[in-house]
Amino acid sequence: MNFWESFQLGLREIWAHKFRSLLTMLGIILGVSSLVAMSALVKGMERGAKEALIAVGGLQKIRVEPAEVPAEQQHLRDQAVGVTMKDVQALRHSAPLVTDLSPEMRLPNATLTANGKHFRPFVCAGVWPIALPMSEHVLAHGRMFNEIDDEQARSVCVIGTATRDELFGSPEEVGHEVIPIGETLLINRQPFTIIGLFQHYESEQQRKERELAQLEPKRAPTGPTRGRGGGGGGRRGGNFVFWLKNASVFLPLNTVWIKFRSGLAASPDPRLSTLELKIADVERMNVALQQIRNVLMSTHQGIEDFSFRTQEEWAENINTFIRNARLSGGIIAGNSLLVGGIGIMNIMLASISGRIREIGIRKAVGAGTGDVFFQILVESVVIAILGGLVGLAASYGLVRIISQLSPTENTPVITVTAMVLAFGSSVGIGILAGLFPAFKAARLDPIEALRYE
Amino acid sequence: MALLELQNVSKVYHLGGEEIRALDDVSLDIEAGQFISIIGPSGSGKSTLMHILGCLDTPTHGTIRLDGVMIQDASPRQLAAIRNRKIGFVFQFFNLLPKLNVLQNVELPMVYSGISARARRERAIAALRLVEMENRSKHRPSQLSGGQQQRAAIARALVNDPKIIFADEPTGNLDSHTGEVILELFRKLSSEGRTIILVTHDPEIAAVTPRRIEIRDGRISEKVDPELAGLDRLATGRLPAAAS
Repeated sequence: MNFWESFQLGLREIWAHKFRSLLTMLGIILGVSSLVAMSALVKGMERGAKEALIAVGGLQKIRVEPAEVPAEQQHLRDQAVGVTMKDVQALRHSAPLVTDLSPEMRLPNATLTANGKHFRPFVCAGVWPIALPMSEHVLAHGRMFNEIDDEQARSVCVIGTATRDELFGSPEEVGHEVIPIGETLLINRQPFTIIGLFQHYESEQQRKERELAQLEPKRAPTGPTRGRGGGGGGRRGGNFVFWLKNASVFLPLNTVWIKFRSGLAASPDPRLSTLELKIADVERMNVALQQIRNVLMSTHQGIEDFSFRTQEEWAENINTFIRNARLSGGIIAGNSLLVGGIGIMNIMLASISGRIREIGIRKAVGAGTGDVFFQILVESVVIAILGGLVGLAASYGLVRIISQLSPTENTPVITVTAMVLAFGSSVGIGILAGLFPAFKAARLDPIEALRYE
Repeated sequence: MALLELQNVSKVYHLGGEEIRALDDVSLDIEAGQFISIIGPSGSGKSTLMHILGCLDTPTHGTIRLDGVMIQDASPRQLAAIRNRKIGFVFQFFNLLPKLNVLQNVELPMVYSGISARARRERAIAALRLVEMENRSKHRPSQLSGGQQQRAAIARALVNDPKIIFADEPTGNLDSHTGEVILELFRKLSSEGRTIILVTHDPEIAAVTPRRIEIRDGRISEKVDPELAGLDRLATGRLPAAAS
C-alpha cells in the first residue's frame, strides 16, 4: 500500500466521521493559528522598534555628553571644562575611526513665539550643517543653513513639522500644508527667519493611517476640541520617538554661541551640550570608543567629565524584549498545539478500538504489521495536515481580529517562516500523536481481532 | 510433494497456569486440488488447526511446509505476506468491510500485494464474474443478502489466485437453500482444480467433500468417502495429465 493510497484512506476515514474529525482538528487549528498570529504580533513590534531605532540615527552614532566628575577626581572639579569645541577639533584630527562630528549647543527651555502662539520644542539646538544627515533629518522645504550662515552667525533656523504645527497650524487644522519659509520666529525673544522645514517623520503605521484618514471624508468634530499637550501634535497617538524628532528647531551653532552665550557657561571655549559622533564601523565600536576616550582624556587633562551614549543598549533591549515575547508566546501557542496533538492521539485510540475487526480482516487478507501501522499513522498525520492548513487560513482572521480588538502602533506581520514553522510542527505533532495508536493497532493479533465483536 | 504438510504439530495454550493442548501431535498432508473438510465439535481444536493451516498462527511444536517452504518459524510479517499471496479466507460472518463497496472489498488483498489500481480493478471484476456478482460491484455489503455477501467474500478469497482457500463455516450464517448454493460454488471451484478446505461442525456439510478430517480433543482421524473419493481420484488423475 503506497502513501497516496494510505492518504486517501485516511481522508475517507476522516470524512466518514466529519464532526468528530473537525473537533479533533480544532486543537491543531487553534494551535497553528495562535502560533502564526503570535509571531506576526512580535514581528510587528520588532519592525516598529527597529524603525524607531533607525529614525534616531542607527547604531553608528555615539553621543558624548558632559558628565559629573567621578568621585576620585572631585577635587579637580573646578578644572573640568566640559565638552567644548576644542574637543571637536581634537577628535577631528586625532580620532580616525570617527567619520563625522556634529557638535550641539542646546538652548534649554527655549520658548518659540510666532503668530501669537508659544511653543517649547523638544530640541532647540545650535548645530553645524552636518547635523542634518547625522541625525537622519531630511528637508522637505527650503534649505538647511550652510557654513556661511554659521560663519556669519545669521539669524536663521530650520524647524520640524511638530514645531510648525504648533505655531502655524497643522495640515489637518488648516486644511492645507503651511510652509512657513521666510516667516519670522522668536526664539527667547530673538527674531529668526525660518529657511527650512524638515520632513514629517512617522512610522509606517502612522503614514498608512494618515493616508487612510485623508481618503475618508472628514467627520464633523463633536464637542470642544481638546488641547494637545506633549502628545501627537495633531497626529493622533503616534510613536513618541517620531514626535520628539518632529518637535525640533535647528539653528547655526555660531549664532547660538553669539546670541545666547549669556544663557550658557561663559568661558572662552564654546561649551557644548552634546557632541554627536558617527563611527565608520559598528563592528569596531569598542575600538572607536577607546580612541575617542583617549583623545578626550588628553584634551580634558585627565578629568573624565564626559560620558558616552550609544544606541547599542537600546538595540540590545529591543532584541531582548523581542526574544522574550517570542519565547513566551511560542510556549503558549506551542502548548495549545501539543494539546491538539493529545486530542488526535485520543481520537485515534478511540478510532482503532472501534475498528479492531476491520484491522483483523485487513490482516487476514494480508496486511502486514507495517501496513496497519502506516495506515493509522497516516490518518493521524492527515488530520494534523488538514488542521494545519485550516489553521494557517484562520491565522489571517485571528490577526485581523487581534488588530481590531487592540489597534497598536505596529501592524502584525505574518511571515512565511512562521507559517512554515507552525505547519511543520503541526505535522510533527500529528506524527507523534499517531505513533502510539498505530503501534497498538499494528500489534493486534489477527485471530483475536477477527473474533472481536 | 504435498502442497501443505503438517508434521507432529502441537499447539499449547496456557490458561491460568493450566496447560491446554489445542492440537496434539497432528500430522497431515494436503495435496493440491483436494477438496477437504475439517469437522469437529466446538472446542475440538478445529479453529486452531485452521488458524495454523491458514498461517494466522504458528504452532508450538512441529513443522509445516506450505508450497515447499517451512513456515513454522515465520515472523508475523512473513505470515502476512504468505496469507496475502497463497491463502484465501471465507468466513462465517463474511467479514466484508462495511465502509467499502463490493469491488473495493474484493480489491483489498491486492492493495497489500502492490498491484496497480488498474490491474486490481480488472482482476476484481473477473473474480466477481466468477461468482456471478459483477452487477453488484458498486453495492455496499449492507445492501446485499447473506448469500451475495458470501459470494463477494469468495471473490475476495479468489482474487489473488491463492494456493488454498479456507472456508470457516461458510454456510453457518445462511439459510439452507443459500447454503446449498454456496456449497455448489465451492464444488465448482474444486472441479476447476482449486484446493479448498472447509471447516465445519456440521457432518451434512462435510459430506460434500471427498476427504474428511475429523478432529476431536486436538487429535485427528480421517475418513475418505469411497464414492466421492473415486471422483476425487478421477479428478486428480485428470489434472496432472492436463498439467503435463
